[in-house]
Amino acid sequence: MSETIETSSEIITLTIDGQEIQAAAGQTILQAAQKNGIYIPTLCALHATKENGLESDIAPGTCRICTVKVNGRTMAACTTPVAQGFVVENDTEELNDLRKTIVELLFVEGNHFCPSCEKSGSCDLQALAYRYQMLSPRFRYAFSSREVNAESPKLLFDRNRCILCRRCVLAIRTEDGKQLFGFTKRGDKSGIIMDEELVKNISEEQAQQAMHICPVGAIIRKEKGFDTPFGQRKYDQNPIGSETVCTTCNGEKS
Amino acid sequence: MSEHIAALSNIAAKYDNDPNRLLDILIDVQTQERCVTDDAARQLAREVGLSWADIHQTVSFYHLLSETPRGEYTIYLNNGPVAIMQGYEEVAAAFSEAAGCPINSVTEDGRIGIFATADMGMGDQEVAALINKVVFTCLTPEKARALVKDMQEGLSVQDMATKYGEYGDGNNSLPSIGSMVRNNIQKAGPVCFGPYEFGVALRKCVTLSPEEVLAKIKASKLRGRGGAGFPTGMKWELCAKAPGPERCVVANADEGEPGTFKDRVLLTERAELFFEGMAVCAYAVGASTGALYLRGEYTYLREYLEQVLDQMRADNLLGKDIAGKAGFDFDIRVQLGAGSYVCGEESALLESAEGKRGEPRNRPPFPAQSGYRAMPTVIDNVETLASAAQIIDKGAAWFSRMGTEESTGTKVLSISGDCDRPGIYEVEFGITLGELLDMAGAQNPQAVQVGGPSGRCLNAAEKDTPISFEGCPSAGAFLIIGTERDLLEIIDNFMAFFTDESCGSCSSCRAGTWMLRNTLRRIRQGQGTREDLTSMRQLSAVMQKTTKCGLGHTAPHPILNTMDNFPHLYEALIPERSDIRVFDLDASIKAANAAVGRTPVPEEKEEEQL
Ligand SMILES: Cc1cc2nc3c(=O)[nH]c(=O)nc-3n(C[C@H](O)[C@H](O)[C@H](O)COP(=O)(O)O)c2cc1C
Ligand code: SF4
Ligand code: SF4
Ligand code: SF4
Ligand code: FES
Repeated sequence: MSETIETSSEIITLTIDGQEIQAAAGQTILQAAQKNGIYIPTLCALHATKENGLESDIAPGTCRICTVKVNGRTMAACTTPVAQGFVVENDTEELNDLRKTIVELLFVEGNHFCPSCEKSGSCDLQALAYRYQMLSPRFRYAFSSREVNAESPKLLFDRNRCILCRRCVLAIRTEDGKQLFGFTKRGDKSGIIMDEELVKNISEEQAQQAMHICPVGAIIRKEKGFDTPFGQRKYDQNPIGSETVCTTCNGEKS
Repeated sequence: MSEHIAALSNIAAKYDNDPNRLLDILIDVQTQERCVTDDAARQLAREVGLSWADIHQTVSFYHLLSETPRGEYTIYLNNGPVAIMQGYEEVAAAFSEAAGCPINSVTEDGRIGIFATADMGMGDQEVAALINKVVFTCLTPEKARALVKDMQEGLSVQDMATKYGEYGDGNNSLPSIGSMVRNNIQKAGPVCFGPYEFGVALRKCVTLSPEEVLAKIKASKLRGRGGAGFPTGMKWELCAKAPGPERCVVANADEGEPGTFKDRVLLTERAELFFEGMAVCAYAVGASTGALYLRGEYTYLREYLEQVLDQMRADNLLGKDIAGKAGFDFDIRVQLGAGSYVCGEESALLESAEGKRGEPRNRPPFPAQSGYRAMPTVIDNVETLASAAQIIDKGAAWFSRMGTEESTGTKVLSISGDCDRPGIYEVEFGITLGELLDMAGAQNPQAVQVGGPSGRCLNAAEKDTPISFEGCPSAGAFLIIGTERDLLEIIDNFMAFFTDESCGSCSSCRAGTWMLRNTLRRIRQGQGTREDLTSMRQLSAVMQKTTKCGLGHTAPHPILNTMDNFPHLYEALIPERSDIRVFDLDASIKAANAAVGRTPVPEEKEEEQL
């Protein structure tokens, strides 16, 4: 997986939804869009900021929600590097419907009961469901049986809400680079596992980081519930995509 | 215990504790201990410098590896489509009854484990099973019972094999293979099964410059035989031009597409030819490293293939200054897979060959830019490489005279299913569906699955359809489904296959495959609605547009093709009033009523709308 992205100083010109923008060679379409204030939805790719503690952007390329059309072909914006003259379609009816379908699939694949979820109001999946006006999914629920792991003193891991984006697998590591989370099995049996020994000894900061990078309510920091009351949470204030990710830092890494 | 620890250390040491060889290490541990336990994973993690999660991720990915013991004798019984046609159910029941354990479990004494597995490349001699890596073909319930008896008595697997089957034809009877597998070559064509003399292609190759070799391959208009049909010359050129100190050639012998077995026969009978093809490619692109990625189910061919490689080294056709050409150094190692269809996808194959989960990579970069261990890499199908060697020997014009305008040369097809003469057919591109059906002796064909589940399901009445890249492409499979079959049962089997084999990494494929499978099942049970048909089409379109690799792109094919080519099958299953979802209260509470002994009050039945 291309986890980190190297950029150079060469300047590339492309258009997104008709708007001409400039980007540095080596940047992905997603990075270029963010830097220019254009919103492309993501669930797995994540821009490095001070708050999430990432050292560089990650792009596992697993959720496929960032799918755009490049010169007529669909591609993942988070893993496709920009090239001179790219004509990118992003905010179109076709692509938004396809994104809605993925959101619906993620809802029926797991077990999401938003009213009782600690992440409600700051959950990216929920926010995207609002954005794409999902009323009820057109697919039938899987009602899959998923385990909750509450063994660790600092973290609650609720697989019911996990969308298998792999942010945690890539981002949460020990100082010597060992993964705390892993991906198990494949197909409809896929899941996220924790190295319980390592997770037991997780620091306060890392626990906070793990909850922060998880786009949904699968990783919850224990004993910190409802620090921010409903009504004052991230997407209670502004819907997802109403501001681009990095207006504060102007797309620069903090 | 300490003995056990030492055994694991020895295995890891055999591969220099190299994390890139993790898959080989795990396969050896699995063979020796019949599992890779959590403790073993923790120890191996220390030995090779990875985390426990790394090891677990890999072990849990592959079908032929497991965390719990799989039995002294591990039976992998194929439950693919042809096996089902040839009596899988009865054979499975016989194994299970005789051993005294259900399918997908191990007997209490730990002696026998029986597991259902996806197609293993024996479509012309089903029902087939692997028992501790030895292939057993044409199984019947009687044979299954006799085999279990042998296992209970502790016979060696090789003895069991010789007791029940004669050795197969051709090289299958060599001591280094010693297998009951049969080649069943029904029609040998001029390219892959044509006249060939060991070493001639390679010796001719080194008299040319690498550019001249590339030019010949391009002029032949050879296209990849592994499915996508990418022009081979162009692929080689991309790799040759990619910057890097070292390059690599990988032969794709994963052959996981159900119903395909042509590479198995090429590996058995034409190993020299296609290894020469690898060396030709190495010469053209300037590669020094080579690997044959061999699916785990074909482990029985490994010793033989190693012998061929040794012979080639002895004849200076591999190694240093090949065929006397100073500076042309190239060698090939065999990398085993461990049971995973998606590992046939080229970037997943590379991940697997580097010891990881076989998950497709994000592209770009493409393998030709950065492939095996970041080297620019050519990955080609076995048949493509064999054809390339013949082109160098016999010329581009000779090759491109065969076939059609856009599909030159021949295609090796694996024909199986409802016909009199299943087996291998090497035919020129452009041959029609009807001609093939006649050749194979198909009496009452209903449908033909061309190219396996990821290919196309044709109505057998469309006899004029040509088999070619521009007509109907086939990676090698040609599965004939007779009129007496329940076609949708086979489609159901395909969808279950994709659901199991999706690597699970992208959401639209992971969730899309089981959603399609579940929806089809509901329809087959008479509980489908017209909306389900629409939603299957919409979902398929989303999968085709969003998934990371070809598995997700092609997984909807079986459903889409049958909805298009056999609409009546679906029509017949959709209840008439299916435009609204109906809820039958009486039926729903029947089981509950029975449990508490209550008789339902015979009211006037009302259908509630949901
Ligand atoms: C899910 C999947 C499975 C595949 N399995 C195989 C395989 O078993 N053998 C093969 O040669 N190609 C397979 N391919 C195609 C390869 O990715 C690749 O295109 C091919 O090996 C290139 O070789 P060629 O150009 O000689 O055809 C598969 C592709 C996908 C998407
Ligand atoms: S994770 Fe998000 S979508 Fe799932 S239940 Fe919680 S708030 Fe709802
Ligand atoms: S736990 Fe959260 S971060 Fe990790 S894969 Fe699941 S959803 Fe993604
Ligand atoms: S399409 Fe399916 S098999 Fe391919 S990468 Fe995505 S999940 Fe894996
Ligand atoms: S954000 Fe691009 S695939 Fe997830």
